[in-house]
Amino acid sequence: MQAAILSFPGSNREQDAEYALAHVGFSCQIVPSHSAADFSGVDVIVLPGGFSYGDYLRSGAIAAKLPIMHDVRRAAKAGRYVLGICNGFQILTESRLLPGALRMNTGQLFVCRSVKLNVARNDSAFSHLYQPNANLDIPVAHHNGNYFADPDTLEQLEAEERVIFRYGDNPNGSMHDIAGIRNSADNVLGMMPHPENAALAHHQSQDGLKLFASLAARIGS
Amino acid sequence: MNRAPLLKDTDFRQRAPELGLKDNETETILEIQGRLPTECELGIFSAIWSEHCSYKSSRAWLSTLHTSGDVVIHGPGENAGVIDIGDNQAIAFKMESHNHPSFIEPYQGAATGVGGVLRDIFTMGARPIATLNALRFGDPEHPKTRHLLRGVVAGISGYGNSFGVPTVGGEVNFDPSYNGNILVNTMAVGLLDQDKIFLSAAAGVGNPLLYVGAATGKDGIHGASMASASFADDAEVKRPTVQVGDPFMGKVLCDASLALMRSGLVVAVQDMGAAGLTSSSVEMASKGRVGVKLNLDHVPQRASDMSAFEIMLSESQERMLVVLKAGTEEAALKVHADYALSTTVIREITDTNRLEVVQHGACYADIPVDALVNNAPLYHRPYTLKEPEAPFLCQALSAPQPPPLETLKALFGNLNLASKRWVFEQYDCLIRSQTLITPGGGDAAVVRIPEHNKAIALTSDCMPAYVFRDPEMGGMQAVVESWRNLIASGAKPLALTNNLNFANPEDPRIMGQIVGAIKGISQACTALNYPVVSGNVSLYNSTGDDPILPTPVIGGVGLIEDQSFVRGSALSEGQHLVLLGTTEGHLSGSRYLEQLGIKETAAPPPINLEAEQRNGYKVIELIRENHIQACHDVADGGVLLAIAEMCLGKGVGITLYPSFTGAEWFAEDQARYLLATNDLEGLTTALRSYDWQLLGRAEGDSLVLSEGDSVTINTLQEIFEHALPNYLR
Amino acid sequence: MTEYRIAVQVSLRPDILDPAGRAAEKSLQSMGFAARDARIGKTITLTLDAADAAEAEAKAEQMADQLLANPVMENCSITVTPRM
Repeated sequence: MQAAILSFPGSNREQDAEYALAHVGFSCQIVPSHSAADFSGVDVIVLPGGFSYGDYLRSGAIAAKLPIMHDVRRAAKAGRYVLGICNGFQILTESRLLPGALRMNTGQLFVCRSVKLNVARNDSAFSHLYQPNANLDIPVAHHNGNYFADPDTLEQLEAEERVIFRYGDNPNGSMHDIAGIRNSADNVLGMMPHPENAALAHHQSQDGLKLFASLAARIGS
Repeated sequence: MNRAPLLKDTDFRQRAPELGLKDNETETILEIQGRLPTECELGIFSAIWSEHCSYKSSRAWLSTLHTSGDVVIHGPGENAGVIDIGDNQAIAFKMESHNHPSFIEPYQGAATGVGGVLRDIFTMGARPIATLNALRFGDPEHPKTRHLLRGVVAGISGYGNSFGVPTVGGEVNFDPSYNGNILVNTMAVGLLDQDKIFLSAAAGVGNPLLYVGAATGKDGIHGASMASASFADDAEVKRPTVQVGDPFMGKVLCDASLALMRSGLVVAVQDMGAAGLTSSSVEMASKGRVGVKLNLDHVPQRASDMSAFEIMLSESQERMLVVLKAGTEEAALKVHADYALSTTVIREITDTNRLEVVQHGACYADIPVDALVNNAPLYHRPYTLKEPEAPFLCQALSAPQPPPLETLKALFGNLNLASKRWVFEQYDCLIRSQTLITPGGGDAAVVRIPEHNKAIALTSDCMPAYVFRDPEMGGMQAVVESWRNLIASGAKPLALTNNLNFANPEDPRIMGQIVGAIKGISQACTALNYPVVSGNVSLYNSTGDDPILPTPVIGGVGLIEDQSFVRGSALSEGQHLVLLGTTEGHLSGSRYLEQLGIKETAAPPPINLEAEQRNGYKVIELIRENHIQACHDVADGGVLLAIAEMCLGKGVGITLYPSFTGAEWFAEDQARYLLATNDLEGLTTALRSYDWQLLGRAEGDSLVLSEGDSVTINTLQEIFEHALPNYLR
Repeated sequence: MTEYRIAVQVSLRPDILDPAGRAAEKSLQSMGFAARDARIGKTITLTLDAADAAEAEAKAEQMADQLLANPVMENCSITVTPRM
């Protein structure tokens, strides 16, 4: 199983993602974003956390305009899995691979803490190993994690059961407590919390591991 | 080559003092140059001879510190100290202040402080793996305090989080003495291989000198002199000199620099920190005993009309100087191009031992480097040591003592002791995925070393109230406090960095504080074999005539050889709690007396270095034999507060046995640890011949005193957690 | 070609809550100003060569549309002035 972890200038959680992916059996390759990429042999593309281009202008906005994002879009269309965590989620919304936008937290402060995360759907490639409605302890670490979408989009997300993770104790003001959403084909997931920081034996929680294991099981089968 | 115009004698005499130079220093410039200097040369002299760069008031005393030991690979003098943690691995670490800039512009001041010390770390070839911050603000009710606190924390958060280094610990304290002069000290820690350490000594005549990173602007010109002057009431007028940080560029610079160092093309590296291009080029030349020729026309500039003086003294952030092996320019530029980083060759290393600065075809500075560095002023400033006073013990307390639990609640509501969650939740403490003990979880932060079973523990400590009362004892106390915090978290202490923050050294009483504190630090370091490997001195911290409390902050690093030795401070249901150490009832400088509103300047709790060693080594052993499952050092606030803190971790109550008086519960005697154990018999057997006392057993949901008074852990938690958010509401 | 100065003023759409604007407003009110409807936005200024003002404006609109503003939550207005 092959994972490609994109590294944009300013990305900073590439290695965190790599540790978790490697733990469930992926061989990982960190792909710099400055040139076109060939994702043909890759099972999952990960857009990691960080501050791509310093989060200048808007979080994820500049990275979303890079040529490599065309390759990501093509790969997603071809059915490859794409996982955007934190800044990766912001890049996915800015590049319209997922709907909505991530605004500044209502508290206006960066927030790093463990949050209660509810598995709203466990029928996704990214969540099928979780129990239905499982409650997880997974950390967030962001300044712009406040999920926003217009009412029609929200209605559509709910109707199509595309909200995979919801906050139990909403840390940022996200609408509908949304922490993570998928595309309708269920091969693109964006989420603000960091499952990769709650995955290994030495982490304070291992509740994020099943997300990576779910993917590995789906790809391996 | 033409020479830029020399200053006229009258201009020279007028400009020199404006740049902070004293009369005798001005004369030395004339002697070294044999003529009047150019404006640019004057700027260079004033920067290199500033307190900030030359340590002219403290250098004589700093040389008395204990700086050697088995673990020391590089002691003071490099960008950061480097210590051995086994397996060919090393830790580079250092603490730096950004006090004055943070008072003027808290966000940018703090952010650039973090950026600067991170550069010190990665210029050694180390990957930054953690930072801590020791912050001191004025009276909470001072009109500026909230603004400064919010701005500084946001600045640290903004830089560190984006850079991608976990901010894992530190201190936040308040005292009116910092009303007009806050302290922002950042400690950065990096990991590197022992055979890949990069130093700053330039070498190789003809080797190209590379300017890497952000363009030079007019920001921060003469920051080093600003850091060496007292604040007058017009501090806010100085705003234009504040630099702006760019964490994005900082991170790219770090990644690209480490890549360049791995490529084998690099001879030496130096960060452009205080006094920018001036101090970095002078330091590289001086250490390598070579000359440096700079062509300023090749220095990337943000403004079109910058003078040589401005370029040489700019403190624009995110810049470095690199000496390359000859003929490798192309290869180096290619490495940097991968990171979209701008890099320019700004000339070369020469054999003249002179600093030559060229702009627009004219020579703007030509200074002999050795004379510049060796003639840096060194002052043996007069000092008066404070006469130690008598101690203040519980028995001497005549004031009525409130019920202990009332005091406990009041102390938890005191911002100095309340939860700092509002602060640390703004810091990404998890990035890099290796943090084992996060803020609030233990006495020290603990960060794992990837691919090994070991970890390092990190802490920063100082009790200015003690240092004020007895500088020598207070200096010692800061060292032993950090030593104990490392031990309590499961580590063996290795070495420390310090940030010595004091007021005006030209006042003999303040100089006495500096001398006393350094003596105390030195004694403790020697006794504990806990050497100083790097540090920083920040003087002139006062507003007008009001000095800050003397604040020598100690940043400690310890090694945990096996992750199973990591200990948090949270008490678990069913555990027994034992106090190791002797309680005599020392109250001077305590939070207790502060809470009661009793003003005194008696002797602070004495430090007994033998007791510290005896108890400390015992705790190290007890953890390795798994006799204790949680551990907490007794610090300011005393035993009862420390017990309550252990209860808060997992929300478990405790029934206490001793019948201490009110004050005894809050006395701040040193060399004491709280030990939590599942196996009381095993622990007490191991503690035979030690002074220990059984305190209680963790159970229920309340803290219950032997005479029956109780308070629920929930109540304490609410007071503890709400104090800071309520204050900032 | 003429040099044009472009100012792209980006603001949150009026129907979207602006907590930062509200905080500034509250602070202004506590200072005694009868301020209301505070909104915080940003302005991006840049220089552009174009044949005429219409072309400059069209290019600026594309820039705003494709990068400078996120239509999911932001509005923008553009001012074009020839550089003297």
